[in-house]
Amino acid sequence: MQTPTLLALLLLLVLAVYGTGFSRALGAARSLGGVRNLASLPSYYGLFAALWCGLPALLLLGAWIAFDDAVIRAMVLGSLPDKPDTPSGQNLLYAQIQNLSAGHLIGEKTPQLQSAADYLNRLRHNSSNLQAFLSLTLAVGLAAFALLRCSPKLCAREKVEKVLRAILVACACAAIFTTVGILLSVLFESLRFFQSVPVSEFLFGLHWSPQMALRADQVGSSGAFGAVPLFTGTLMVSAIAMFVAVPVGLMAAIYLAEYASRRVRALAKPILEILAGVPTVVYGFFAALTVAPFIRDLATSVGLQASSESALAAGLVMGIMIIPFVSSLSDDVINAVPQSLRDGALGLGSTRSETVRKVVIPAALPGIVGGVLLAVSRAIGETMIVVMAAGLAANLTANPLESVTTVTVQIVTLLVGDQEFDSPKTLAAFALGLMLFISTLVLNFIALHVVKKYREQYD
Amino acid sequence: MTDLTQAQVRERIAKRLASRHRKEKLFRGLGIASIAFGVLAVVILFSDIISKGSGAFMQTAIQLQVHYDAQVLGIDTVDDESLAWANFSGVIRQALRERFPSATGRSAKRELYSLVSSGAPFTLRDRLADNPKLLGGSETVWLAADDDVDTFVKSLKGSEAGFRGRTSDQKAGWIEQLLGSGELKKRFNTTFFTNGDSREPEQAGIRAALMGSLFTLLVTLTLSFPIGVAAAIYLEEYAPKNRWTDLIEVNINNLAAVPSIVFGLLGLAIFINFFELPRSAPLVGGLVLTLMTLPTIIISSRAALKAVPPSIREAAMGMGASRMQVVFHHVLPLAMPGMLTGAIIGMAQALGETAPLLMIGMVAFIVDVPGGITDPATVLPVQIFLWADSPERAFVERTSAAIMVLLSVLIVMNTCAVLLRKKLERRW
Repeated sequence: MQTPTLLALLLLLVLAVYGTGFSRALGAARSLGGVRNLASLPSYYGLFAALWCGLPALLLLGAWIAFDDAVIRAMVLGSLPDKPDTPSGQNLLYAQIQNLSAGHLIGEKTPQLQSAADYLNRLRHNSSNLQAFLSLTLAVGLAAFALLRCSPKLCAREKVEKVLRAILVACACAAIFTTVGILLSVLFESLRFFQSVPVSEFLFGLHWSPQMALRADQVGSSGAFGAVPLFTGTLMVSAIAMFVAVPVGLMAAIYLAEYASRRVRALAKPILEILAGVPTVVYGFFAALTVAPFIRDLATSVGLQASSESALAAGLVMGIMIIPFVSSLSDDVINAVPQSLRDGALGLGSTRSETVRKVVIPAALPGIVGGVLLAVSRAIGETMIVVMAAGLAANLTANPLESVTTVTVQIVTLLVGDQEFDSPKTLAAFALGLMLFISTLVLNFIALHVVKKYREQYD
Repeated sequence: MTDLTQAQVRERIAKRLASRHRKEKLFRGLGIASIAFGVLAVVILFSDIISKGSGAFMQTAIQLQVHYDAQVLGIDTVDDESLAWANFSGVIRQALRERFPSATGRSAKRELYSLVSSGAPFTLRDRLADNPKLLGGSETVWLAADDDVDTFVKSLKGSEAGFRGRTSDQKAGWIEQLLGSGELKKRFNTTFFTNGDSREPEQAGIRAALMGSLFTLLVTLTLSFPIGVAAAIYLEEYAPKNRWTDLIEVNINNLAAVPSIVFGLLGLAIFINFFELPRSAPLVGGLVLTLMTLPTIIISSRAALKAVPPSIREAAMGMGASRMQVVFHHVLPLAMPGMLTGAIIGMAQALGETAPLLMIGMVAFIVDVPGGITDPATVLPVQIFLWADSPERAFVERTSAAIMVLLSVLIVMNTCAVLLRKKLERRW
């Protein structure tokens, strides 16, 4: 039976069980003289039975779907008398068997493969039958059990609420699982990478060229994994972006909070927010096809040599993207500064700009710094703009008109396309991802901490 | 120094006042300039995209008199098998030769044949399949022009020479001749909305990417909204204030600021390599985007729950409702508009996301429109990324047009969120 049909069937069963539980409780109530003689409302008896019926069956189904492919694969490979030792060889063999069982094999058909494919088909068929049978039996059995347990004295509501509460807790823990998942996935692959490339070379090496030789005797592509050019490239692009975003965003926030009339504020704020809603791939396109040629032409006209994929173009556009981020965060903290501070400064005769510069900004500084740090972490992690506009060559340069590459660009180029999971080239992407994750995590942590402390100060 | 007369003090203040006012004006001017810079960026960005992309909604087509000559086609009857290998390009070539008999010699003929899109034979095949009686007869049809022709025609404005690219003088002459006689005109580009991706710009469309985006968003929404709301309810209504809850909170806030590409790495390592889910599938894309949008949804749902005044809870408790009943019967319905707004904003964010989907293989060149969440698919932003990389000039305008479609969907979503908030949110 197909999984969607099975799910639909389970859903119907759950609804039926809910109805049964509900009506049985109503019946019991009638004989006792009203619903108030039951320990819980009738709908809770329905829910109680429905949860017993649906939840374990769904969990079983989920586990089955998650693991059946792996189990079948192990069984098929186990049935083969002579199989390759390497994981990649086994993958290849299994892919052949899968193709054969689906009916489109390119290449020669050995009887051994054919029998393995037949075995695979049989296992799949059995697995889906067994899955349907087991989950339906479980659902029906537990529903019967729950319905039998339903009596006017049973506190169904408490039991239902306990289950619901457990579900709520599980959902709240999803965030933790995600963080752990990210950590585990990048950490494990990075450790494997550091087995073949020493950490010191990765962190302090000045040469990055991740091509690995296909053959041992190949010339010039031994692979070098010194990530310093990537770090400097990332820093340069982010610095250019912050150079644009921080002054503009901050001044815009100050103007909107301190000077602008209500109408200007109502108009200008949403327009700036549009910049935050534009997808990054659109900025990338804009940077690569409009801004970069413009900068190149401009540089050529004043006699400078500019690459068509300059760090300046990517940084500039990234800065534009981050403006609303900086301005809305600063706007929040500026508005959180108590009005009494402003009134005091104005009352002593300072002009508005003096109030802002000497009173409001110093008071809001921790919050602004936190916002800027968050913006930096965004600039470091931004991907599409640099992928489309900043180029691939790992140059160690301080010239913003030259092309540089960043950590995120390298992750994308290393992982898009064909990959094998035992080459340092692919694993390098995870090591870069680890660096990215750690640095943004530290920045975020400091920033959120600073902002929180600052909020507490004025609350 | 300390013995200044009042007059002197007044004089000094008056002197400094001018410079202070100048500074005030400058400061204010800087503020206005910053706002103007932001607004200008919006205007330039949008006008650039629109001016580049509006052309893609029109497609140049050429009118030809075609004979469905059975001999040229090499078939006697019309059925699936014969249609599959019938020589429709021969028919088109014949029609082109008849229209321009002056073209002789191999290179001239090759130029001539390249007027029409390489997808045109399929148009004829579909027409013949729909109407088998046409076999042996003839009709006039509009066939899509090649992208070079399209680019050339669109760049012809007034008396300017237009963008030639690979177009030779001879070909340009033919095109102008066709244009003059009305046999070549621009029509609304339906292909752009009905086709999947293609290597030929004139046959490339966004339908497959749109469907892929739709399936991905469906997966994201069905997972992230319930989980996000449940997490928010727990954290806001139940969680005791202890270290464990603090950890969850810090975690959520941090996750909201983790670069999206890191979620792609997670998807690649866990969903694809560990659980062996299919690559390029909307299912995996949706899972990754779920993890990415969860913090957004949790944070906005918590804000919505926080906005419901405690008096509601106290009143319900006072009437004897259990804690769960208070939340599900009273607080949740009141917080729903805010949560929905948050969900729409999260979905808009997910719709525009590209980087994590590149990691899980949604960049493959996929022509077919996906039919479900496990079919290989691509999404609109990734399609934009792929087209932006293509060398053909005609892809630039298609990329911009796809961006226009994406931006309009996003604008609609955000407007919905704003309207919903205005209409349903109650001020207490």
